[in-house]
Amino acid sequence: MLDVKKIKEDFLIFQRKIKGNNLIYLDSAATTQKPIQVIEAISNYYRNNNANVHRGAYTLSEESTMMYENARQSAAKFINAKSSESIVFTRNATEGINLVANAWGLEYFKADDEILLTQMEHHSNLIPWQLVAKKTGAKLKFIYLDRNGELDLSNLENLINEKTKFVSLVHISNSLGTINPVRDIIKHAHNYNIPVMIDATQSVPHTFVDVQELDCDFLVFSGHKMLGPTGIGVLYGKEELLDKMPPFMGGGEMINEVHLDWADYRSIPWKFEAGTPNIAGAIGLSAAIEYINSIGKENIEQHGKRLTQFAIEELEKIDGIEIYGPKFNRGPLVAFNIKNIHPHDVSTILDEYGVAVRAGHHCTQPVMQWLNVPATVRASFYVYNSFEDVEVLIKGLKKTKEVFAGVY
Amino acid sequence: MSIEDLYSEIVLEHYKEPHNVGEIQSPEIFAKGFNESCGDDIKIFARVKDNKIEDIKFLGKGCAISQSSASMMTDLLKGKSINEVKEFIKAFNKKITGEENFPEDSDEWFELSALKGVIKFPIRVKCASLAWHTLAQGIRDYENKLIRRNNEQL
Repeated sequence: MLDVKKIKEDFLIFQRKIKGNNLIYLDSAATTQKPIQVIEAISNYYRNNNANVHRGAYTLSEESTMMYENARQSAAKFINAKSSESIVFTRNATEGINLVANAWGLEYFKADDEILLTQMEHHSNLIPWQLVAKKTGAKLKFIYLDRNGELDLSNLENLINEKTKFVSLVHISNSLGTINPVRDIIKHAHNYNIPVMIDATQSVPHTFVDVQELDCDFLVFSGHKMLGPTGIGVLYGKEELLDKMPPFMGGGEMINEVHLDWADYRSIPWKFEAGTPNIAGAIGLSAAIEYINSIGKENIEQHGKRLTQFAIEELEKIDGIEIYGPKFNRGPLVAFNIKNIHPHDVSTILDEYGVAVRAGHHCTQPVMQWLNVPATVRASFYVYNSFEDVEVLIKGLKKTKEVFAGVY
Repeated sequence: MSIEDLYSEIVLEHYKEPHNVGEIQSPEIFAKGFNESCGDDIKIFARVKDNKIEDIKFLGKGCAISQSSASMMTDLLKGKSINEVKEFIKAFNKKITGEENFPEDSDEWFELSALKGVIKFPIRVKCASLAWHTLAQGIRDYENKLIRRNNEQL
């Protein structure tokens, strides 16, 4: 069991009141709150060590370079990557996907090649491929959802074939909570030598993700969804594949030798990090990793499971509620709707109780189309959430129904 | 300002049974509106005769605020001239953003002033304005079409 009370003390934001109430933050799938350890790591860096990286032979520059590269090592260790050279710092998962879609896709896709995605992808793992498909003439194929909101893999034999040139899919769905059997899909794709990218944005914060065990070729995640600051994310790529990709962006830091008409690029991962990187962000991410490790991934995963299960049990007791996504084996979030009450209205009324939930399409409009709803309410949990938080949510939902009594 | 003020009886009544829901075949004015933040959409249809809104209807899915606003809007604007409608939309936008107060003793504004709760919820102003912005777009398209037609005849 996590000592949530003690953990909450590390998150200063919980000292503030929302409309006179304690803040009950249930939107960690959108972004998590930040512990003081992360905020201080960033602040200390700016106070004591700030200088640009990979240049200048003075103390501060050496320190900041070392801190930045140490952060890379800690990110590599966090997902059990073989080397820190396989870790590219990006702005977020979205940028990581765009990097691969462009650098790999524009280099290797041709007309009528197939890119395999799923129906449950976040817009960030759909739009970059639409753009690359338009430029190359490649076609998008999809693994569709079954009735439970899980991937229908019955047709996988046909979907992955000699035309397939790339597979990219989400590990845990941000709108349904579905945990996808990514290892099986990777294995299957590798039978045809097809590279696979995993969007691990919702899984890395909650469960141990081991890139060597998964054997994925690329994997992306965002720092801000795992207690780190915004503006820093990670792209993991197998070294031999990163080596085969041309740079995505050009500029300083990514070059060795530059002439007016040609340049020689640095080796990976720096080849993909044009311009001054988010040094403080990487240091903040490293502090977040340290914080997560101090709690322990297993504890975090168990805690998320317990809270989600409790929330589902309590939600099911409310008349007129519809819960989306698989009933069992799901990520630490639950999406639902109350009959005849729009999610935006639910969210506004919950806010009166200090409860922050997301109401909307969660950047997965195709999933909303599949559910045949304009939007859903989503409560998502992390280390600072308690069972009492869920109780306040339930209380707020009952109040919502009272306000709408005449309608419902 | 409490939550009951935002979800007043008037708002909930209109949400429960919105007025003027439906389609108008080959309407003079038609526009589609979309609220990206919640995925709500609305379609507005209006029949124009002698420069007046003879009939106006809407279709769409949305929250209590956006649906009740569309319901009240269509009630109020029926029978007004295009210019009156344009002025009314302008006045509504000023009131719903808090730039102007809702008039205290106006029959016309009585129901609409039930929406004034959203001023305290800036994110919800978009919901209250969706139908109005959409209609404004429809009127612009309609007027541009008239101008083009006149130019062609010249």
